[in-house]
Amino acid sequence: MARLTRKTSPTPQLLPKTSSGIAGLDEITSGGLPTGRPTLICGAAGSGKTLFSLEFIIRGATVYNEPGVFMAFEEKADELEMNVASLGFDLHKLQKDKMVKVDHVHIDRSEIEETGEYDLDGLFIRLGYAIDSVGAKRVVLDTIENLFAGLDNQAILRAELRRLFGWLKEKGVTAIITGEKGEGSLTRQGLEEYVSDCVILLDHRVSNQISTRLLRIVKYRGSVHGTNEYPFLIDEEGISVLPITSLQLDYEVSSDRISSGIPALDNMLGGKGFFKGSSILVSGTAGTGKTSIAACFANEACLRKDRCIYFAFEESPQQIIRNMQSIGIDLRTHIDKGLLRMHSARPTLYGLEMHLVSIIKQIRKYKPNIVILDPITNLVTVGTVSEVKSMLIRLIDFLQAEQVTVMFTALSLNTIVNEQTDEGVSSLVDAWLLVRDIEFNGERNRGMYLMKSRGMRHSNQVREFIITDEGLDLMDVYLGDEGVLTGSARERMQLMEATGEVLRSYAVERKDLAIKRKRSVVDAKIASLQEDFESVRDELNKTYIEEDLRKQVMEKNSKQMAEKQPSKNSSNGKSK
Amino acid sequence: MEKVSKAIAGKAPANKTYKYELRLYIAGNTPKSIAALSNLKKYCEEHLKDQYKIEVIDLLVHPQLAEGDQILAIPTLVRKVPVPIRKIIGDLSNEEKVLVGLNIRPVK
Repeated sequence: MARLTRKTSPTPQLLPKTSSGIAGLDEITSGGLPTGRPTLICGAAGSGKTLFSLEFIIRGATVYNEPGVFMAFEEKADELEMNVASLGFDLHKLQKDKMVKVDHVHIDRSEIEETGEYDLDGLFIRLGYAIDSVGAKRVVLDTIENLFAGLDNQAILRAELRRLFGWLKEKGVTAIITGEKGEGSLTRQGLEEYVSDCVILLDHRVSNQISTRLLRIVKYRGSVHGTNEYPFLIDEEGISVLPITSLQLDYEVSSDRISSGIPALDNMLGGKGFFKGSSILVSGTAGTGKTSIAACFANEACLRKDRCIYFAFEESPQQIIRNMQSIGIDLRTHIDKGLLRMHSARPTLYGLEMHLVSIIKQIRKYKPNIVILDPITNLVTVGTVSEVKSMLIRLIDFLQAEQVTVMFTALSLNTIVNEQTDEGVSSLVDAWLLVRDIEFNGERNRGMYLMKSRGMRHSNQVREFIITDEGLDLMDVYLGDEGVLTGSARERMQLMEATGEVLRSYAVERKDLAIKRKRSVVDAKIASLQEDFESVRDELNKTYIEEDLRKQVMEKNSKQMAEKQPSKNSSNGKSK
Repeated sequence: MEKVSKAIAGKAPANKTYKYELRLYIAGNTPKSIAALSNLKKYCEEHLKDQYKIEVIDLLVHPQLAEGDQILAIPTLVRKVPVPIRKIIGDLSNEEKVLVGLNIRPVK
């Protein structure tokens, strides 16, 4: 054993742990209970101590192949068998197979008389014999404090208990000792004094008539552990401790996108839709179509052959299917194909933790790609806002770790948009769609906008959200002179715009015509001016030509004259 | 069981029925066990002469027998007969308590 641990774990040697087999506990304790050491489990009556320890033994025998001894100081073996039979454990068979030994220790004060010194060797021998007979690795003493009720000599008892726990350690068995919660101390007899390696406190609280079981690790020597109070649950499969691995925020993220089922909404989300594995909140007042959006999202997922679970807290599946048929969404075929699963439960059916566990169980069993919770607001009826928030945080953590996309719907109670309501999950979700009433002009219309959408470009516009027989669609809201117009006001405005368009184009046509005419008038004028010009030029030319002609004629005449009388000048010159 | 009781039965033959059938559980020869046995023998001889049978069971030898009589403490004296079963734990050093516990009326 020693060699084995040295081989597997590097120096410094870590505390070896034994898996309890109880869902969730090993995660909180990062591995389980300390191997070879006693663990104290304390709690008030009915807090689940016996079941807790019994499950430790049974899981050890069935899952980890580690035989166990259950020493019961309270209940008889056959009573225990019957009690756990309802959880599907066959204790009788395990005992037959020599995997579990149940030893009932009966102490009846009325038949015991004490005189002088004694010790509890009888108990040691019994326990030792039981351990050896099945080769037990796990031991439970439930509830050893009963010894105090049966025996008077406290000094001896305490000394013997100390010896017992030392002896158990020596035996190398992983032990659970249960103890009833005392006043002002963890156990009535102060057992925590002896068992100091690991102490787990179980609690059972009832508030608003709804009970919640809680578990807290008070101490765990030599190991890190979650220190919170973790709710746990006892159902037909035993104990489940929550939450589920939410000690860290380090899950994988995907940048794949999935469509919302409303093309116009995808456009608002950068054209591609939501991130895969993200959480989406749809909030709005009553009757704004939140369920329709959710159903549309589910429908789209199923059409993509993704698996989807729809948790409805208000309506029955049949109701939702019928209602969605009216807007052209056929959920029935998806259910028949096995792609969609609907799960309806009234919130008041059980406490929040039970809801969480049932949701998580369904998710683990069915492995959907998309989960819808409709609406989360109703959960407030079974818990306070902060409890609902803590539950949703854990749910979101779980879903994101599993890469499941989740859509919540939430009902806003007042018409004024309150940014901080919605069960406080608005800060947790990745995308927040807000659907609201727009009451105007004697009618009620729906407006939708994106409050946030982490990690993507998204539209800041308010869109009118319309529900038609064919499905859901978004319209640009009409921003007119009178502000935002929706519904018939928008339609009227659009009609008026269309009319205006026609009138305007007619006016333009007429103007075109007028210009054409003007042009032809201008053209005509230009032509007549041209004519005028031509005639003036002609006139001018005529004058020129006449002048030329006259000049020519005069030149001709003078030449002729000169030729007729020979020049005096030349004869004169000759006579000289 | 039968074998054991025969083997460690007191001085009387096994078949005979006694008014008092006592069984003393011990674990090895510890001082407490020895003290208990000698005390018991003394009281019995004194008050129940020839009416008793003592069985001594060493749990170190027969650990499986501890369950049957619901033995926790060592030493434990069990009065099997007469019914109801009574148990006296401790080294039996207080004579008064033992006699009252075994429902033996001491002769005054």
